Amino acid sequence: MSAKESTRVEYGKTLAQLGTEYPDIVVLDADLSGSTQTHHFAKVFKDRFFNMGIAEQDLMGTAAGLALGGKIPFASTFAMFATGRAWEQIRQTIAYGNLNVKIVASHGGVTVGEDGGSHQALEDLALMRILPNMVVLVPADGPETRAMTRWAATYQGPVYMRTGRMALPVIYDDSYRFELGRGSVLRPGGDVTLMGLGVMVHACLEAADLLAGAGIAARVVNLSCLKPLDWELVVACARETGAVVTAEEHMVAGGLGSAVSEILSEHYPVPVKRIGLRDTFGISGKPELLLKHFGLTAADVAAAARQVIARK
Amino acid sequence: MEKQTAAPELRPVFDPSRLQEIARQVRLDIVEMLYRSGSGHLGGSLSATDILVALFFAEMRTQPDNPCWPHRDRFILSKGHGAPALYAVLSHLGYFPREELATLRRFGSMLQGHPDSACTPGVEIPTGSLGQGLSIANGLALAARLNRLSSRIFVLMGDGEIQEGQIWEAAMSAAHYGLDNLTAIVDRNRLQIDGRTSEVMSLEPLAPKWQAFGWHTLEVDGHDLPQLLEALHACRSVTGRPSVIIAHTVKGKGVSIFEDKAKYHGVAPNDEEYQQALKELGAEK
Repeated sequence: MSAKESTRVEYGKTLAQLGTEYPDIVVLDADLSGSTQTHHFAKVFKDRFFNMGIAEQDLMGTAAGLALGGKIPFASTFAMFATGRAWEQIRQTIAYGNLNVKIVASHGGVTVGEDGGSHQALEDLALMRILPNMVVLVPADGPETRAMTRWAATYQGPVYMRTGRMALPVIYDDSYRFELGRGSVLRPGGDVTLMGLGVMVHACLEAADLLAGAGIAARVVNLSCLKPLDWELVVACARETGAVVTAEEHMVAGGLGSAVSEILSEHYPVPVKRIGLRDTFGISGKPELLLKHFGLTAADVAAAARQVIARK
Repeated sequence: MEKQTAAPELRPVFDPSRLQEIARQVRLDIVEMLYRSGSGHLGGSLSATDILVALFFAEMRTQPDNPCWPHRDRFILSKGHGAPALYAVLSHLGYFPREELATLRRFGSMLQGHPDSACTPGVEIPTGSLGQGLSIANGLALAARLNRLSSRIFVLMGDGEIQEGQIWEAAMSAAHYGLDNLTAIVDRNRLQIDGRTSEVMSLEPLAPKWQAFGWHTLEVDGHDLPQLLEALHACRSVTGRPSVIIAHTVKGKGVSIFEDKAKYHGVAPNDEEYQQALKELGAEK
């Protein structure tokens, strides 16, 4: 498939469609509706869209109140400000109160690009993953974004979904249905498992191609549902392939690499290598260049795979 | 707890002397609860007592036997540390048995140290981390408007609490969206943990601040029940903007040794203070 889609754009379009189907959906933004793509909804459903201005704490609190009043609020802004500036509002009110708020945050990871370190959320998944009641999702392509957005509208409880700027190749077809707590095996293989989410799923798929050229059969798993994580699948992959690489556009501390390592160290220890950022902030640059700079390419994943296989 | 065998109060209660008597009982409950639990927030519970009594017994439409009644008025205790006062009021209204008050802050209690909606009937949302309740109330007010409900939304904030920046974000958005179904109340007891608000972080001029943010602003004696009732009633007819009542109160109100002293913000009474409080509040022997 050649068409590329950005997860934030697919979120925005889907949300506008859902507005007709679900009269209780309301959307809030913090002066970034063009970037988060909630402006599609805002155009059609003027009285159900609330721009809260540059005030993320109030954004989350108001979304909480709307949920308490029976609405289905989707609150969007950049991942950095949603989870950083308003973390305590999310923790105290939305997660603790187990409220039906959908936080869909764009501009996660270094593929934000030129805006630089201040705007590249590299901690958002960690910040959301540690919260009780919170579901954490990172779609890997357009169809998965559409499916997750649609699923979130019907799920009762708090959800965090990270979207990105970068246009990504399409993996799934439109029959894809998201299932809470389930990862999906995108490619079979018995020598090593490459586990990714979001942008890095694509790097894992490319890495599997590179490894196949060298006679290594790499299994590729999309763990787009970071919480609750499909621990049965993670353990099965460790048992069946004996080595694991995780890949995320996020700090290796607290994100997918941590989640997988936590499960495997308790249930089925095997050699693991975590691809992601290590104790550093982002910088400005073209997304592709930044992925290369921070060691987030298919070649990096493939090299990590060889390392863990050697450690078996 | 003071013995009370009568059925939960029939509302609304407008008789000031009856409301004062309820407030006296609530204050006794607060002192008793904190004495038994050995911890909790005394001063701010006692300063907020008359406000809560006026709201719950005279102003708000609720159904204690059906706490999730969709048409109810909503109350958010943004100053969540005032939980003992809220719990005492809810128990008088029959949201849960009066005996539960004795379990405040204990392991397994339905009455958590700060309000938790998962545990306590009548509590809408967890609060306790200051500065968050006004935004939540705004969301409820927007939801009521979208749902075409005539519900009114009430939120009680501490005066120290409004030092939080989020309050002023929410003050802007309530006015921006013209939330006339919202009434905020500031428990202006002039004390916070470290001392006088004027010394820790000045709030004045307070009423002009709210007015400048676009709010219908009233000031009352927060222990004068007729004044509170009148102000709450006046807010009903305001259109196009939210209302705030700055209720001037005395921290620790009702017991002379606790009054206007910052040190009773977050402590339980000792034996001697407890006996003194019972005496001043006219506890039955």
